[in-house]
Amino acid sequence: MIDILITNGRVIDPASGRDEIANVMVANGFVSKIGKTAPKARRTIDASGKIVCPGLIDLHVHCREPGHEEEETIATAASAAVAGGFTTICAMPNTHPPQDDETSILYVLQRMARAGKARVLPVGCITKGGEGKELAEMGMMHEAGAVAFTDDGTGVAGSTVMQRALQYAQMIDVVIMQHCQDPDLFGGVMNSGAVAVRLGLPGIAASGEEIMLRRDLELVKRTGARYHAMHISSAGSVEIIRQAKAQGLPVTAEATPHHLLLTDAACIGYDPNYKINPPLRSAGDVEALRQGVSDGTIDCLATDHAPHSKEEKEMEFALAPFGIVSLDCALGLYARALVHSGLMDWGEMLAKLTVNPAAIIDPTLGMLQEGAPADITIIDPDKRWTVNANKFASKARNCPYHGWKLKGRAIATIAGGEFKFQLQNASRIDK
Amino acid sequence: MMTKKASSSSNARPSKSKNPKFLWTRKDLVGLDELSSEEIVHVLDTAVSFQEVSTRSIKKIPALRGKVVALLFFEDSTRTRMSFELAASRLSADTVFLSGKGSSTSKGETTLDTVRNVEAMGVDVFVIRHSQSGAPHQLVDKVNVPIVNAGDGPHEHPTQALLDIFTIRQKLGTLEGVRVAIVGDIAHSRVARSNIIGLRKLGAEVVVVGPPTLVPATITAMGCEISHSLDDILGEVDVINMLRIQFERFSSNLFPSLREYSSLFGMNADRLSKCRKDVLIMHPGPINRGVELTSEVADGPNSCILQQVTNGLAVRMAVLYLVSQSRH
Repeated sequence: MIDILITNGRVIDPASGRDEIANVMVANGFVSKIGKTAPKARRTIDASGKIVCPGLIDLHVHCREPGHEEEETIATAASAAVAGGFTTICAMPNTHPPQDDETSILYVLQRMARAGKARVLPVGCITKGGEGKELAEMGMMHEAGAVAFTDDGTGVAGSTVMQRALQYAQMIDVVIMQHCQDPDLFGGVMNSGAVAVRLGLPGIAASGEEIMLRRDLELVKRTGARYHAMHISSAGSVEIIRQAKAQGLPVTAEATPHHLLLTDAACIGYDPNYKINPPLRSAGDVEALRQGVSDGTIDCLATDHAPHSKEEKEMEFALAPFGIVSLDCALGLYARALVHSGLMDWGEMLAKLTVNPAAIIDPTLGMLQEGAPADITIIDPDKRWTVNANKFASKARNCPYHGWKLKGRAIATIAGGEFKFQLQNASRIDK
Repeated sequence: MMTKKASSSSNARPSKSKNPKFLWTRKDLVGLDELSSEEIVHVLDTAVSFQEVSTRSIKKIPALRGKVVALLFFEDSTRTRMSFELAASRLSADTVFLSGKGSSTSKGETTLDTVRNVEAMGVDVFVIRHSQSGAPHQLVDKVNVPIVNAGDGPHEHPTQALLDIFTIRQKLGTLEGVRVAIVGDIAHSRVARSNIIGLRKLGAEVVVVGPPTLVPATITAMGCEISHSLDDILGEVDVINMLRIQFERFSSNLFPSLREYSSLFGMNADRLSKCRKDVLIMHPGPINRGVELTSEVADGPNSCILQQVTNGLAVRMAVLYLVSQSRH
């Protein structure tokens, strides 16, 4: 007897191009068969009218543990992940202390195992302490399980350090992820432009992002290292990456829900839940990012889930920390920006949440094929629901989408062959 | 922004509004951005009726007797604080004062906690000065007491702009078609922002003047023009409002030196001679003599700087009166 049988779903596997009504069978933590047969199973799920796809992957999540467990833990982030349909999340290293050595990488993996929800893959710092000065022990971190390196929160400012990081990472074939922001051009709290001027808030110009991106791509050209531009926010960055890809550089990029849905006009009213780095930019930037996702310039969708406590987000706009949480509701947000806007269909969007991010960190993930790990998400693409941040599995509530009406939601999440999440009262999918 | 409508306006003290049927319903005055042109005119008209109080031998009326005005100055100020304190006392209100330094804010208490604590003591109006843009705006829907913004970061300083506009109206009789130059550090000036908003709402034209490092190009979205040459606009304006230059700005490379700033954007007798004969010279104070203005201009016949200060009292009396009456 097999463990799980998912019947009559629309099976979408962007990695193989499969898109058909079929049954999916799971045994011993792996996909045992996809086909028409319906053997006896311990659990059978009717997925008629639903999408059955590889478990979603989010390359960019701040779990805050260790150091800020009052904001989020690896366990609560992993719970939020599976509630949102994600079976794999990458844990950013700007914790306290930072994930910059073997021990701290092992700690993330141990906490992930204890939580037993999603895969939480640790990302290590590029430099010790994330301070941008000395290279961290990337080789040992990689052996311990780090899947990528970044100093996210800030960009690596020094060109020499960045060049050596790329050279070194290329040796172990691990991607360098950059938060593109020239620190010398930083100092603001929202997008620079007419809204910031009117609100009397210091601006962050897109040039700070684009200058670092251009420099990095020059270094990538020379080193040949794999490079991933995180949460790009401007039309200019999209164009820079488009040109780099045309030149054949090994560059990938991600876009967040907020940069695909919100503009700096949201900052009118001084609600710090709209304070994010990189900042919300103009309608033209939002449009360029959507086009970039649509034409493949932007490979992945990633939340940059950044939990903060209520008291921190009740401070004055300029003093409050940057960050938005969206892991619980991201899928519906992506669908709103990309599918319901008519830019792409579900299959095309799901590629940006499965096979594409997997190719960057672990090509064995992100596929729904016989023999692959049974990380599976069942999505009701027609499910209409209202975001209620107070019911998030995440600890944090700094979510500007509270009250938004969305269409499309994960109703069940299977990781490693086990049910990790099932939406209550979804539609009696259990037989 | 967040306004709570009151059911009726008190007639405890009649104001000689040109539109006597106008009903003030606004709980807070956090910025001119939120006010309609009618509301701005109503404040100015109300201030006219309070002007005369300062000329009496007993400078007090009982309009706010028994009320408490809490002056919460999270950022230092001397003249705005004095002006509000005097305005409150002329209305017979009691005042309590809290300064950012030496208070619990320096011990890490949030602004919201401080304000809620003072509210719990039972006060009737908050006057808030804060170094952070938007600080009073973030509070309006979290407290029940009316909030008057006495300056928030580089964002707004509505009572300063109201007294500037009051002074121009007093001198020129109207704002319609009046051309006003605002000169200096526009980027970091709450006085500039509130003035641009208020003047535009009342039909005046505004040109902001300064180097590109101190004048953001996108400020034109607020309805003003930009000039980088003071000399170019001297002959075409009715009012020149000279902003105070902050000395620390040149350390961040926003301009090379005070000497250079003064030579390009300072007002002196030579420049004054190229202006219209009856041009009004204004300054929100305190003046850096010899930088923005030479003494002969600051103290000359075109200067209305001290009238601005005097008018500030009447305007702030009007504002305190209106917001505290609107709650009933």
